[in-house]
Amino acid sequence: MTFKTRLLAVAAVGVALALPMSASAHRGWMVPAFTTLSGDSAWVTVDAAISNELFYPDHRAMRTDGIKVIAPDGAADKIQNAATGQYRSTFDVQLTKPGTYKIYTASNSVMASWTENGEVKRFRGSPEDFAKQVPAGAADLKTIKSSSRNETFVTRDKPTLEALKPTGQGLELVPVTHPTDVIATEAATFKFVIDGKPAAGLEVTLIPGGARWRATPGEIKVKSGPDGAVTFTLPEAGLYWVNATVRSGADARGGMGGPPGGAPGAAPAPATPLAGDGMSASYTAVIEAQRP
Amino acid sequence: MKRSISLLTFAGAAVGAPAMAADLNVTVEVPKLNVAEYHKPYVAIWIENPADSSAAGTLAVWYDAKNREDNGAKWLKDMRQWWRKAGREMSFPADGVSGATRAPGPQKLVFSGAKGALKSLKPGQYNLVVEAAREVGGHEAVRVPFVWGKPGKPASAKGSAELGTVTVSVK
Repeated sequence: MTFKTRLLAVAAVGVALALPMSASAHRGWMVPAFTTLSGDSAWVTVDAAISNELFYPDHRAMRTDGIKVIAPDGAADKIQNAATGQYRSTFDVQLTKPGTYKIYTASNSVMASWTENGEVKRFRGSPEDFAKQVPAGAADLKTIKSSSRNETFVTRDKPTLEALKPTGQGLELVPVTHPTDVIATEAATFKFVIDGKPAAGLEVTLIPGGARWRATPGEIKVKSGPDGAVTFTLPEAGLYWVNATVRSGADARGGMGGPPGGAPGAAPAPATPLAGDGMSASYTAVIEAQRP
Repeated sequence: MKRSISLLTFAGAAVGAPAMAADLNVTVEVPKLNVAEYHKPYVAIWIENPADSSAAGTLAVWYDAKNREDNGAKWLKDMRQWWRKAGREMSFPADGVSGATRAPGPQKLVFSGAKGALKSLKPGQYNLVVEAAREVGGHEAVRVPFVWGKPGKPASAKGSAELGTVTVSVK
């Protein structure tokens, strides 16, 4: 691996780390000013950050270069007027078409170790680079695949489903109740899929915003059935942070094999192999429970 | 025949009117509010199926179609129950439904059974919902039950903030 590709790989991992992981209190979120809009010249403004408290920007701004938009017809759209401050990014989305827009970040990364000429090799980067850089049929190959997705939804006029079609990669939400049609005090159902298949036995956490003015976090935990569906009733209107993580096999945490914080220019420490194969997939969304 | 129907329609007159040509008489009191910044409310008047809370038709939507922001359509979603159940399926302005916002005071309305949502409304039990949303103000929905298909006594319900008394009678 050249220095440049290594830098790129580390950058890719940096993006992955900027997204929420269940073990961290740092929560990534994109909060639209409205989830339901009317009128044919609608715009929506969105805040994006990684914070401890929901939804107060108290830690780090979310980078906007990885934020994507899918329009109601399924076409790729864009964010506009992006700006990043110390703690928070903001951007706008123009809702030129009626229906539901999905605003999201998604990342997939692979960590691998293998043996080549008696030497342990390590790789960390995108699945595309993995395919290019790691020799097919490498000896002692072990991989840990990580995916992470962070979404929010905005509907102009009538809710639509085209933008919410799952990609079949990682952990994803499939609407039963449309995410912009969740009403406080009424039961809602979401289905979760992992690589396109039902995510059975998945623990999904829903945490209300406005924590600063509540004595308790008020989080709700629900477990999916064999079909990957969870049903929940949000007690109060407001914004909720939805999060779920699937993890199996070897842990992705463990770095590149060398000790962290080595002096610049120092020879890298010998790589150590991964403990085994593993995967992790996390899903995050911000939804609004509307007043009944 | 034609003349008698139009007479009934315009007079809202009632006694002996055939069920199918009945009218719905509605009085909505828009309250006078002592607030620093007052805007006349946006109001949706719609019919609700009590069994599943779905909408069975929209009778009137009062909004500011001359508003600079999308001809007022930007704020239609603020009448959010109606918007979710009926409004977002419609396009605006809507013939026979759209109207200007109204000033404080009792607003007397007659909805003809021969037109619009009432024309195809099956006889039965319904709620008339009057839902108001006011710029820099609040939101309120008042429900008044009525039976469609035969003349009935007036029924009323009172709002607490954004609406006064709403009275409904089938004539």
